[in-house]
Amino acid sequence: MRFLMKRIYYEDIRLFKYRSTFSWYLALVIGCFLLPVLLDDYLISQFTFICIYAIAAVGLMFLTGYTGQISLGHSAFFAIGAYTCAIITTRGGHFMLALPAAGILAGLVGIIIGLPALRLSGLYLAIATMGFAFIVEEILIRWETLTHGSLGMMVEFPSIGSFAFNTENRFYYLTFILLILTIILARNILRSPTGRALIAIRDSEVAAQAIGISLPRYKTMAFAISAFFTGIAGSLYAHKLTFINPESFTIMVSVELLAMIIIGGLGSLHGAVYGAIFVIFLPQLIITTKDYMPSFLRDQTGLEPALYGLLIMLFILFEPMGIYGRWLKIKFYFEMFPLYKKDTFRRERKFYKAERR
Amino acid sequence: MSFLSEILQTILSGIATGCIYGLVALGFVLIYKATEVVNFAQGEMMVLGAFLAYTFITFLDLPYWVALLLATASLGIFGMLLERVVLRSLIGEPVFSIVMLTIGLGIFIRSVVSMVPSWGTETHGFKTPFADKALRYGELFVSWEHLAIILLTVALIIIIFFFFRFTRIGVAMRATAQNQLAAVYMGISVNRVFSHTWTISAALGGFAGILLSPITFVHMNMGFIGLRALPAAMLGGFESIPGAIAGGIIIGVTESVAGVYLPAGWKDIAAYIILILVLIIRPEGLFGIQKKKKV
Repeated sequence: MRFLMKRIYYEDIRLFKYRSTFSWYLALVIGCFLLPVLLDDYLISQFTFICIYAIAAVGLMFLTGYTGQISLGHSAFFAIGAYTCAIITTRGGHFMLALPAAGILAGLVGIIIGLPALRLSGLYLAIATMGFAFIVEEILIRWETLTHGSLGMMVEFPSIGSFAFNTENRFYYLTFILLILTIILARNILRSPTGRALIAIRDSEVAAQAIGISLPRYKTMAFAISAFFTGIAGSLYAHKLTFINPESFTIMVSVELLAMIIIGGLGSLHGAVYGAIFVIFLPQLIITTKDYMPSFLRDQTGLEPALYGLLIMLFILFEPMGIYGRWLKIKFYFEMFPLYKKDTFRRERKFYKAERR
Repeated sequence: MSFLSEILQTILSGIATGCIYGLVALGFVLIYKATEVVNFAQGEMMVLGAFLAYTFITFLDLPYWVALLLATASLGIFGMLLERVVLRSLIGEPVFSIVMLTIGLGIFIRSVVSMVPSWGTETHGFKTPFADKALRYGELFVSWEHLAIILLTVALIIIIFFFFRFTRIGVAMRATAQNQLAAVYMGISVNRVFSHTWTISAALGGFAGILLSPITFVHMNMGFIGLRALPAAMLGGFESIPGAIAGGIIIGVTESVAGVYLPAGWKDIAAYIILILVLIIRPEGLFGIQKKKKV
């Protein structure tokens, strides 16, 4: 077992806890860069989706995992990002302009949503943001001069200068680099005073207020940052699909994003990525296991969503800390090896303690 | 038809839909009051109720009223099992885990319904005693289907009122909703109260589904109406039983008025626009009580 010796406060918020961590991440990044050499186009395209969803999940993680505000409205930010990028590029705008514009517009809408959301929390916020998602979806359908309504829009491959991202591999590199940038940015925001203020708000709003954190300011900021990342992911999604219509951005997208961060592990950036990997590969997994299922189940169209719903339930019931939490537990087990106690990670209950102990 | 009778007509059909929203919202409110959980799968209880009634009437040839009772009762048992198997171990978990769990449950139930032979993804209908009949009053023209919804809702509300006022279980449920710890000290088994709450709420959902099926017909996506009932519950303050019904009726009437007098599209989002406005102006809902936060 390694012991951490901290001499100055800065060591508490270092990017890498141990020196070896950095080399592991470097190895991972190099490994991901080599993926297109090893895998075929189909799998690379799946990895591209993972990168896109991971960016959006990092966005939602900011809001839900780090600030403690639940949102069922992220499909709207995703849609705003996608449509902004689509509209700018189809009218001759440059991709390098459209991408940040998508993020910024989503961020601005995030601020507008964040303002009334200041007075809400928990379930009220979840339902209000869900209402917002429905409203945005309806606007996309009805504002036909801008969005072509339910006919949808064609989006071209993005290009920078004369270099077009028109193959699976090139687009994969684009999304992967953006994912790395997102994670580095997110990590740095999180260790800055802003990020620590957000975490303080999550842990106790009253205590955060008492040490001088302005709730309205930081909550709107959390909404803005979160919507910004989700908007960026949305615009990449539009370019990846090359065709978007309002049906690609239903409330189910919000549910998927929320499922990602909960299955991945709330309150960690690792969790966002793990969750994205899990949600993208789940359908693949179901297809491969289909051959072993009885025939009356195999041909059902409802099979995939059923297993999806079931897995979400099982995860929350048996591993509420998510995949990342499980990983931490396994690591802890080996670090403590003979001394591991089963109750270390026992869940604490907030209320209703009277009857059970 | 004169303007007055047209608007009355619209409002009446709005009230009928609103009663359904109110019933579903009541299911939300009961569970929220007792366990501080929102059941996002409440709409799926409607689906199950409607499909069960469809099965009883079409395949077992039972009369409508028997099917109504049987399906409601089976939904009650289903809700009880659900509470025991799935939700009891989650007491005290953070809100988003439970929200996510019930969303997952909703997806699961919906897809399982689509897999059941002879239920599937198609739209079904069944015979009701009030089909094709209408009440005429001057120019006003009210179908019995709408009227039946309103009357049955009123009857149910009266039953629920007496249940909470005069039965031991009802009083225990109210006590638990007020203060769990105090309820435990008074010798109330809180676990049993939770179980009853889920039973009643699932049964209410099923009942609402059966009432709604003559209007929207029976299909697997009926459950999305549950998502429209959420604003209704919230409008009523999420903790008040009359509030839930009133919220449901407000939303139902607005939707049906918006459907007639506003361009297409407004009808579907009217509920959410009202919801967001109310939350901005009065976050505790129209009938809610402002709570002070304790540290």
